[in-house]
Amino acid sequence: MTHDQTASLEEEEAGDRPKWDNKTQYMLTCVGFCVGLGNVWRFPYLCQSHGGGAFMIPFLILLVLEGIPLLHLEFAIGQRLRRGGLGVWAQIHPYLTGIGIASMCVSLTISLYYNTIIAWILWYLFNSFQEPLPWSQCPMNANLTGFVSECERSSPVDYFWYRETLNTTPTIEEDGGLQWWMVLCHICAWSLLYICIIRGIETTGKAVYVTSTLPYVVLTIFLIRGLTLKGSLDGVKFLFTPDLTELAKPSTWLDAGAQVFYSFSLAFGGLISFSSYNSVHNNCEQDAVIISIINGVTSVYAATVIYTIIGFRATERFDNCLSGNILTLLNVFELPEGDITDSNYNQVVQRLNETYPEVFQQLDLTTCNLNTFLIEGTGLAFIVFTEAITKMPVSPVWAVLFFIMLFCLGLSSMFGNIEGILVPLQDLKVFPKTWPKEAVTGVTCIVCCLVGLIFLQGSGNYWLSLFDTYGGSIPLLVVAFCEMVSVVYIYGIDRFNDDIKFMIGHKPNFFWQATWRVISPLIMFFILIFYFVTKLSEQLLYKVWDPESDKFPTLDEKQYPVWINVIIFILAGIPSLAVPLVSLALAFYCTVYVDSSVCSQEHGMYH
Amino acid sequence: KYLFSINSALGDQAYVWNENEMFLFRATLAFAMRTYSDGQEYDVANVVVCDETPRVSFWFVVTSPLDASLLVDKRRVEEAVRKSRSRINSAFLLTDDTLEFIGIPPTLEAPVAPDTPPWLIAFGVVMGGVGAGIVVLLVSSVKRDGEEETGGKTENEAASDAIYNMSFSDDEPVTQM
Repeated sequence: MTHDQTASLEEEEAGDRPKWDNKTQYMLTCVGFCVGLGNVWRFPYLCQSHGGGAFMIPFLILLVLEGIPLLHLEFAIGQRLRRGGLGVWAQIHPYLTGIGIASMCVSLTISLYYNTIIAWILWYLFNSFQEPLPWSQCPMNANLTGFVSECERSSPVDYFWYRETLNTTPTIEEDGGLQWWMVLCHICAWSLLYICIIRGIETTGKAVYVTSTLPYVVLTIFLIRGLTLKGSLDGVKFLFTPDLTELAKPSTWLDAGAQVFYSFSLAFGGLISFSSYNSVHNNCEQDAVIISIINGVTSVYAATVIYTIIGFRATERFDNCLSGNILTLLNVFELPEGDITDSNYNQVVQRLNETYPEVFQQLDLTTCNLNTFLIEGTGLAFIVFTEAITKMPVSPVWAVLFFIMLFCLGLSSMFGNIEGILVPLQDLKVFPKTWPKEAVTGVTCIVCCLVGLIFLQGSGNYWLSLFDTYGGSIPLLVVAFCEMVSVVYIYGIDRFNDDIKFMIGHKPNFFWQATWRVISPLIMFFILIFYFVTKLSEQLLYKVWDPESDKFPTLDEKQYPVWINVIIFILAGIPSLAVPLVSLALAFYCTVYVDSSVCSQEHGMYH
Repeated sequence: KYLFSINSALGDQAYVWNENEMFLFRATLAFAMRTYSDGQEYDVANVVVCDETPRVSFWFVVTSPLDASLLVDKRRVEEAVRKSRSRINSAFLLTDDTLEFIGIPPTLEAPVAPDTPPWLIAFGVVMGGVGAGIVVLLVSSVKRDGEEETGGKTENEAASDAIYNMSFSDDEPVTQM
């Protein structure tokens, strides 16, 4: 498609193609898609486990060398070719349709389980409107003589998460049946999503005014509240204390690269789609840089806020442990109160140990140390953070705010995921053209809702981690790598440079040339190989909550049954293999049916 | 056996443990025995305290009012204490945690269970709102489709307006936010 043809196409499409009401909606939608739950519960974990402040160095370097170029590429190609995640690849070359199909499959896999996480968040949100919060105390057992044994052996937050929310089974084979309360929340989550995407970006564009901005408001409120709590600054210090020796380890760099990649929601097809609704002369270069910076800053900001609260929780736990020990010592040695305080605790313990060693050994005091929690994912949000909230005054308010924030973060990411499914489905002409948009989105939501019922069984949590680990990791890397190679070497970097010059007025400078041609593809390649090797070489184990096991309440590790390998292959293998397989299939088909419309480019590149 | 932890409970407002406080203790215990045991007239003299430590912990026994050398059965004393626990606690401005009886665990209060779980109410509100919203949007889009079919001419005018207003590039080459 020549540049003049693009401009005239834009005019023809004016009535048909959706477009943004204003630039703000577009930016907010992209920011909402990129900023998601990972910024809140994956980045702080990586930061703390890879040397604190030192992790910023690989993170920022890879943000600039990997994130921004890939983002600019997706924005530019979408804006230029004015098609969604599948159409752009079909237009570059019909044989590349496999990339689009792969990214549609990945978006589908991820949408299925991501909305279940939102259902969990909604369940906690609905349960936050009561005082005291239900996860702050154990329920009584049947004959009211004490607390439920499973809860007593673990903790109220663990019990609420594993038993009252998930009702989890000890293994993935036992499905435990559907949990009706989760089914209700699941339907609610899909209904809320449906009402926001019912007319495509017309409704989504309005919804993002709230869903993309509210998390920042809540984070700021939590920051202010967090800083007034005791021990919060220790938490932040712990998070950012740099340990420069971590920089020498390759796993740090690879984790940073993977985090940058997943955090930008690349290769879903959603970003390409969103930018295709822009006008041709929109400055996509500037957008890419701005959104990358916002994403990076949000990760750091969210990490700071989370760690003020975690620092508070760790300090409180330490104080409680200390008071408990002091009380035990006072009782056993019959000392008046006030003899042992926090400050002279160590000396007193030393003295008592020397004077009465036998008695002391029998006491078996727990050593109290101020270690913050190295935890990520759902454990961080639903166990650690909820526990911290119960210790803050006026807990229900904080719980409601926290879960509304998580809900908004998740929902705005879902908008992008769903876009990555809907637009390819329309391009593939799965739905009849006469169907209105509301019906298309409705059917998609209903089908995904029904398939998503897998995750609401007793074993649902295990299925979800399976999907997350295998369905959402390797295929994305494969698609992104193929995207780069296709645009740079098949579409042609010179043609791409000319397109960008036409769109924004100047040719991309040396930085973009270097990163697109060499640096970013190399980085993607290394990360892909690393992931592939690690995943293949590690044993297929998963963590379970088993009240019968010896290790209870720590999670027990079990091996996956053999048939899970089939599922893993379907999740990870099929989308990745779709790229070459579809190429081969189309190559064969087109040599036989030369004149078929599928085989020629719609607005041919070579005309 | 009794254990008092006054400082940890009251902090700055802690009172000093002295003879008068001990007297109050013996009086409350006599009250407990009178009310919840066999109804005999127990007196302060019937509560015997021994082995007091600076920790503020001590042992005590209760003698029968009829015969000073006869000790009341431990189980009956425990039962009386358990039933009047809250009164004894509040007499000393303490709680079950800070006023410990070795051997008598605190009775647990059954948590209040509301008839409708609160989460169902929140869920109902949200689903109601969402359902209403979906219905409104679907009805309005059906109406809009109906109007578009009848007003074909107006659609073309609207399309040409859209061309004029659409591209950002008309005014400035670089899109400002």
